Amino acid sequence: MFSLEGITTSVQDWLFMKFNPTMALAMECVIVILLSISLFAILGLILVLMERKVAAHIQIRLGPNRVGPGGMFQTVADTLKLIMKEGLVPDKADKFLFNLAPFVVMMVGMLLLAPIAFAKNFQIWDINIGVLYISAVSSLSVIGILMAGWASNNKYSLLGAMRSGAQIVSYELSAGFAVLTIVVLTGSLQLSEIVKAQENGWWIFKGHIPALIAFVLYIIAVTAETNRAPFDLAEAESELTAGFHTEYSGMRFALFFLAEYINIFIVCAIGATLFFGGWMPLHIGNWEAFNHIMDYIPSSVWFMGKTFFLIFLIMWFRWTFPRLRVDQLLNLEWKYLLPISLFNLLLVAIIAILGWHF
Amino acid sequence: MYNQTEIIKDTSELGADGELVINMGPQHPATHGVLHLVVTLNGETIKKIEPHLGFIHRSIEKMCESLTYRQFIYVTSRMDYLSSHINNLGCALLVEKGMQIEVPERAKYIRVILSELTRIASHELWLGAMAMDLGAFTPFFYAFREREMITDIMEDTCGARLTMNYIVPGGLMYDLHPDFQKKVKAFITQFKSKVTEYEDLVTNNIIFQSRTKGVGILSAEDAISYGCTGPVARASGVSCDIRKIYPYEVYDKVEFDEVIETAGDSFARYIVRVKEMNQSIRIIEQLIDNIPEGDFVGKTKNVLKLPKGEFYSRVETARGEFGVYVVSEGGTTPHRIKFRSPGFSNLSVLNHIAAGGMIGDLMASMGTLDLVIPDIDR
Repeated sequence: MFSLEGITTSVQDWLFMKFNPTMALAMECVIVILLSISLFAILGLILVLMERKVAAHIQIRLGPNRVGPGGMFQTVADTLKLIMKEGLVPDKADKFLFNLAPFVVMMVGMLLLAPIAFAKNFQIWDINIGVLYISAVSSLSVIGILMAGWASNNKYSLLGAMRSGAQIVSYELSAGFAVLTIVVLTGSLQLSEIVKAQENGWWIFKGHIPALIAFVLYIIAVTAETNRAPFDLAEAESELTAGFHTEYSGMRFALFFLAEYINIFIVCAIGATLFFGGWMPLHIGNWEAFNHIMDYIPSSVWFMGKTFFLIFLIMWFRWTFPRLRVDQLLNLEWKYLLPISLFNLLLVAIIAILGWHF
Repeated sequence: MYNQTEIIKDTSELGADGELVINMGPQHPATHGVLHLVVTLNGETIKKIEPHLGFIHRSIEKMCESLTYRQFIYVTSRMDYLSSHINNLGCALLVEKGMQIEVPERAKYIRVILSELTRIASHELWLGAMAMDLGAFTPFFYAFREREMITDIMEDTCGARLTMNYIVPGGLMYDLHPDFQKKVKAFITQFKSKVTEYEDLVTNNIIFQSRTKGVGILSAEDAISYGCTGPVARASGVSCDIRKIYPYEVYDKVEFDEVIETAGDSFARYIVRVKEMNQSIRIIEQLIDNIPEGDFVGKTKNVLKLPKGEFYSRVETARGEFGVYVVSEGGTTPHRIKFRSPGFSNLSVLNHIAAGGMIGDLMASMGTLDLVIPDIDR
């Protein structure tokens, strides 16, 4: 049966057999870096194409269909165009911060990749405070956005960055509380432990109502955190032209664009890990035969399937809803989502203490 | 013209403490044209909006003074390009009234049907663009699906999709396409089955409602004193439908309701336009089977000369009252011509209704004013 675990162990065994341990570890690092960069590139290409196809389907049109079969290479062509474009820097911009900003946003995405379990025993860094690490690192992306908005010397960019700052800082809270719900149920911050705890049922099914509420809260909060519609105030096209990346062009813009999709992938991957059991196959109680068939599907396919389902959900939001106003956005968080998540945490704590969950 | 440091210095002087002056436009996604708004902001709150016009001024009024009474009609297509047919109709009515030209019944019926189709097409485009201003992209495509059917009908009828130029003084340029009635009926069936989709996607959407309800409130008194007409004034409770008050062509023979809302906010303006589309469908349904046989153009002299004097005609376009005022010295061309365009008066309330709101509210207010910039600048 296909398994990524086998490949990684054989590569590791081979490296440690051929080289001394330090050398082997260094080579492993290089391999991991190359793999994550190529994952970034491939994800960017796939997700942008997926977004355009989903949008086209919702908007009764065909979407990209000229470059390659079914428009498959459209995003490749777009990327080539962006690479070849001149990256303009505005005259009065703070050049150092202006150039740094896209890399900060990008780097956050890269760092967040580390604790995600892509398949059974296929994880870059199984850190024991995984969930804490994720919520800590993901808050850093707002710095990049504020940097971009400030350094551009453009009023639209500044307004967009300020909106984004208020928005991301607020919605961090709900996302954090939603994640904590699962942490309370599992009793561990480690992502591999959280996945293992869902061996006989995903948290969304066996976590009772609190897990369901937490999932809804999580999806809303991460949509806001990744600046996606209906919470795309930071780049509200009809209001602020392009918000914080108005002045960016060429490859610097491409990095922002890529970072948006990478962030979507990461939040959906975390959502799939927490609520849908990560790479865990779907198991139903005592249906032995059914469970066996499900086990035959590789764990990486399970993980990607769940992640892409959540990504589709977030894209569906974008092409259906109008945008909120900035005060409504903050009202939604501070007056509705935050009290609900606090109450939800209390509820799940009671359930966990009394052992009511399955 | 300017070097860059000058521009930065200028804008920083304009804003007082804590105020930010932004130039929205002439190139901006929400102005839908080359409108320039100088917006003074305090954080997200709008202090003042100052529209700067003139970026698409083509001196159409002056141009019309050197065009004959047959020719000047077609320049008006380029003003409010979304209701070009109705603009043409207004000008033709003036010439017909001034010279007492008899228009055949058939032409009158066709003119009204096409006017209402134009109105629906204009409102459809507005619906899509308005939803896009509020950040929803999908309604745009749904609205354009139905609008496309209308433009196809227009193309069959007179060869053009946007600037139709179908009207001549005394009637129409040519007769109808044989498929006209069939296609219009197909459109009516399609529209009726799809209008619920707009309700689901836009009207009943809680985000849309919270973005538009109570936003950009215009009272009836202000609507009158600013000279607002059309759906903008009707949403504030002002009865101002020219089709009802001064019926022209066959509007006195058809049954339809003047849609009036009283809230005066952006949502009321939205509702008025959606309901107006249904009323237009009602008018078309009454006329489409009863188009009389006969000539499509009346007998006119080869050279049209308006008698000496002043003439005024008004029609209800998709945006409001469109007036044509001509001073004639008895020659073949107007001595002086003035167009009263609905967009200009409607734009003038923008500062009144949007100042004090947020940037997002400005988009909702501006979207529901339904501005067409060439109509404002002329």
